[in-house]
Amino acid sequence: MQWMSRLPRRAWLLIGYAAAAAALFSAPLYLNDFRLNLLAKCLAFAIVALGLDLLWGYTGILSLGHGVFFGLGAYAMAMHLKLAAGGSRIPDFMGWMGLTKLPWFWEPFKSFAFAAAMGLILPSALALLLGFFTFRNRIRGVYFTILTQALVIITVTLFVGQQAYTGGTNGLTGYTKLFGYSLTSGTAKTLAYLATAAALLAAFAVCRYLVNSRFGKVLRAIRDGENRTRFLGYDPAYYQMAVFAVSAGLAGLAGMLFVLHVGIISPTMMAIVPSIELVLLVAIGGRGTLIGAVIGAILLTQAKSQLSASYPDFWLFLLGALFIIVTVFMPGGIVGLIRQARQAILRRRSENEITLDSIVPKSNGVV
Amino acid sequence: MEIWISQLFNGLSVSSILLLIALGLAVTFGLMRVINMAHGEFIMIGAYGAYMTQQIFKSALPRSLFDAYFPVALLASFVLAFAIGYLLEVTLIRFLYGRPLDSLLATWGVGLMLQQLARTIFGAPNVAVSSPTWLDGGWALMPGVVLPYKRLFIIALVAFCLFAMYLYIYRSNAGRRMRAVMQNRDMAACLGISTRRVDAFTFAIGSGIAGIAGCALTLIGPIGPSIGTYYIVDAFMVVVLGGVGKLVGTVAGALGIGVFNTLFEWWTDASLGKVLVFLCIVAFLQWKPMGMFAVRSRSLDG
Repeated sequence: MQWMSRLPRRAWLLIGYAAAAAALFSAPLYLNDFRLNLLAKCLAFAIVALGLDLLWGYTGILSLGHGVFFGLGAYAMAMHLKLAAGGSRIPDFMGWMGLTKLPWFWEPFKSFAFAAAMGLILPSALALLLGFFTFRNRIRGVYFTILTQALVIITVTLFVGQQAYTGGTNGLTGYTKLFGYSLTSGTAKTLAYLATAAALLAAFAVCRYLVNSRFGKVLRAIRDGENRTRFLGYDPAYYQMAVFAVSAGLAGLAGMLFVLHVGIISPTMMAIVPSIELVLLVAIGGRGTLIGAVIGAILLTQAKSQLSASYPDFWLFLLGALFIIVTVFMPGGIVGLIRQARQAILRRRSENEITLDSIVPKSNGVV
Repeated sequence: MEIWISQLFNGLSVSSILLLIALGLAVTFGLMRVINMAHGEFIMIGAYGAYMTQQIFKSALPRSLFDAYFPVALLASFVLAFAIGYLLEVTLIRFLYGRPLDSLLATWGVGLMLQQLARTIFGAPNVAVSSPTWLDGGWALMPGVVLPYKRLFIIALVAFCLFAMYLYIYRSNAGRRMRAVMQNRDMAACLGISTRRVDAFTFAIGSGIAGIAGCALTLIGPIGPSIGTYYIVDAFMVVVLGGVGKLVGTVAGALGIGVFNTLFEWWTDASLGKVLVFLCIVAFLQWKPMGMFAVRSRSLDG
């Protein structure tokens, strides 16, 4: 064990990240198609979890509305795919609803670049708008949370109600092609997976940069004492709006990737229950740590796909129990448990051998 | 004119149910800073309480007594929801005081489990509760306007609960203790009030009222395990709009949301109506961020 402590913590961290990245990018080599697709879904959820963690773990704002931002991204991508699938005809469900012409706002989605841009811009803009009208008036805490949940309800009713434009309850499905290539072929699936893995890495790098920057420090200051931050001369509202928009943009990105893997998006996937499940991803992994969000997303999504199909009743009981256990017994999540265990080991070791470290407290590294 | 009256009546009827549900929420949030997402499930518990009472009346008692089941069901629903609420407070909620966001997640988990439990016991499909015959028909106010007795009964029931709640909060010793804890917990504890007991009892009462709401809902339509989720978000909006800590705020919030929801849905359609109501609420909060009737406090981080 002695040699482990010679390397600085930073180097270990880097080695760990490199190993994780290598494992992610080589996954197509050792996973079959089904597993790869599942992992791709997990990684997409990990991107949302990162954004949510930035908002909740670091800034202390709980949003139950991330399903909406996820859904907006997904719909933007699905609209493009739907148009690409139909060729010059209008999408099938519009025909059933009696439309003869493509609605004007569908028109630009024929371009992939526009659709991809909208998948990021629409969620961020909506978040910015809602943030503008809430944070500036110091509506925060549970009031904000409840408003985001109401946002979910109205968005879902709107998408279900405006059937001719959104596909209603069925959502958008029945597309298989992107850029003229089939999405169902093995190569395309591998490429889509690699794109998701790259997006996750990029998102992780961006979040890490944000968290370690001055901006991130202000976010944590807002979480720990909003009014104190205000008295120090910062306006929390703008920071909150910014982080909410970034978080929503990440959710939109995840939604776009999700559609590529799953091939369907419907209002049920952005309803209240999926939205709050996104929060659980972060809570289980460990809020306030970026790697925790990723771990939580991968573990819980895997568990869900294993259990919810074979034991649907048991899964709901487990999900409910998880919410309670995580909040009451392990608010730090999995990462928090690991930290506690490490501290316990360190403490025991320092009891056995009296070293300089145990007498002079070592300055804690930045986490 | 006729259509205006019946729409307003519908709005009032929606408001009254919302009020019954939001009452418990507002009190628990104001008192303990706990967001109870499982509140909707107490509606469900009340509704199934009424269902079970009816089944017992059907199978065990003579046919002639059947119409008397409803008052019994009201009582049974209240007691059942009260007991389960008390149990929940003692076992879980009290560990979550002052942590609104955590309590929100934990109680959401409780709600999920209670829903699944109901599904396991009663089955996933909705069950129908046949309402007592003395509530059939309606009151013909004028030609073209018939107000169903069921909805009138619900409004009267809500008015009764509201009055009882008013007496309890503002005119009883227990209510005075509750208000004291709500205003300043530490000071109240110093003066010898058992805040633990006040908390548990208040939470249970809020749950019990939700149970009554569930019982009332059986008059309107069939009930299912997830009946609570339809109402819970609207009820929370009532709390946000009305403000925390005063009965009158909850009443005003429920009236506003219920009536405007009905009117907007009448003018546009169901999906756009909800959007408009939401926009109105957000717009209103620009003007009064703490809701219509907030208790003034000098503390900065209240």
